[in-house]
Amino acid sequence: MKELRLMKGNEAIAEGAIRCGCDGYFGYPITPQSEILEHLMAEKPYEKTGMVVLQAESEVASINMVYGGGAVGKKVMTTSSSPGVSLMQEGLSYIAGAEIPALCVNVVRGGPGLGTIQPSQADYFQTVKGGGHGDYRLITLAPASVQEMYDFVELGFDLAFKYRNPVMILSDGIIGQVMEKVEVGDYKPRWTDEYIAETFPWAATGKPKKRDHNIVTSLQLESAKQEKVNLRLQAKYKECEANEVRYETIQCEDADYILVAYGSSARICQKVLQLAREEGIKVGLIRPITLWPFPKQIIHDIGIKAKGILSVEMNAGQMIEDVMLAVECKVPVKHYGRFGGIVPTPSEILQALKNF
Amino acid sequence: MTEEIIIAGFGGQGVLSMGKILAYSGIMQNKEVSWMPSYGPEMRGGTSNVTVIISDERISSPCLNQFDTAIILNQPSMDKFENSVKPGGLLIYDPNGITSPPTRKDINIYQVAAAEEAAKIGIAKLFNMIVLGGFLKIKPLVTEEFLKKGLEKSLPERHHGLIPENIKAVEIGKELLKPFHVL
Repeated sequence: MKELRLMKGNEAIAEGAIRCGCDGYFGYPITPQSEILEHLMAEKPYEKTGMVVLQAESEVASINMVYGGGAVGKKVMTTSSSPGVSLMQEGLSYIAGAEIPALCVNVVRGGPGLGTIQPSQADYFQTVKGGGHGDYRLITLAPASVQEMYDFVELGFDLAFKYRNPVMILSDGIIGQVMEKVEVGDYKPRWTDEYIAETFPWAATGKPKKRDHNIVTSLQLESAKQEKVNLRLQAKYKECEANEVRYETIQCEDADYILVAYGSSARICQKVLQLAREEGIKVGLIRPITLWPFPKQIIHDIGIKAKGILSVEMNAGQMIEDVMLAVECKVPVKHYGRFGGIVPTPSEILQALKNF
Repeated sequence: MTEEIIIAGFGGQGVLSMGKILAYSGIMQNKEVSWMPSYGPEMRGGTSNVTVIISDERISSPCLNQFDTAIILNQPSMDKFENSVKPGGLLIYDPNGITSPPTRKDINIYQVAAAEEAAKIGIAKLFNMIVLGGFLKIKPLVTEEFLKKGLEKSLPERHHGLIPENIKAVEIGKELLKPFHVL
């Protein structure tokens, strides 16, 4: 049965984890996402579903606990905010290299460095271009509502296990802190050890007599073998690009100008659409839901018919590069953004659109 | 119907909880709601504010710079938000501690002397509910029935005994409401 709750985005992440049958959470508190760990500690899922909730000694420890949990086929996750996620980059690269399913949430705050605790989208490059080393990709989901914070936890785990790849939920301080209506689902049971051993033949679930050891590692000393690993990864990423692109389009049919924005910027842009149309300016919005794989095709198809595209991001212009590639620079693409934790107002975005 | 509200005051005045009760009551009445707090250095002492949106439709931006209603509980918030009320909009404030009263002529302005009244009758903790009462008198977005349900949802169960007092404070606020400048 569906139940209606008023929740913060951060609480919705925690609740989504408990209810989708997550096996373990490992994290370290940091603003603006501390409510995730707080909600988990208050709900005590270890008494309800048996889910482990552990405050690790650091973000480096958290991500490596996730590595271990994922390697044995458990649904495990961690969450943090920008500076903490920077510390996790080595672990994420190892997890991607070892092809371990895992979920990480970044409730982004302003940077660089310790920066500020206010909302930002300045970790786009880090997330979709590979913040760690090596040719790897993170499947990246960008929630724009508290409901999506809840829903994307289960979706994230589904994708992580489907592709044996880490998934990142790239949120920010607004979506983490805002309270909205959320429909929460029933509690799903956690997977049994038998189910995991049967369903994930790669997982390190203990060696039965009938097969060799399962080795989960990102280390290959022979380059020929490592090239094969890379080719397999690239084939997997191609498949992912073909099947997992998600986006939303709003009022693009008759639009002269197109805004491209994700997450909380996309919410602010919906207000801009309303204000612009009241003044007779026809504007539409494309909201990428997956940032990798990026919705290139739809941005190309809609974008090339427009007079111009404005990429609205709470950063100095990061996603704009992918938008420009998508439209092959056939139409003018500009950027509007604020940095360091300042949230752009609908009026100033409208002004940027008028100045296009 | 969409009502975009900013509630602003000092930390500890119950700004965030007032917004939360309003949001919960809205949900109970089957509306779309959004509650976006200031969570920055403000919440660590100093000014605190929350944007509450109640609507029949899907809510666009939870962060706004123009509001239908501003509920102002201290001078720094008055300085910051008086000019953010849409023309024709509503500003409600508690005159306690306000050294420069609002000067806008294109909006409706009301006073609720909630702090004074709350201190007088010894219900200082219900100060925010008195203010909320003043607002609901002008914009009855939620009925008393749903306000009760909202309180039940937003207060921990051990405090449910206090709900009748909260409702009474809302009624007091409705009576205290005084026009300051009305279009």
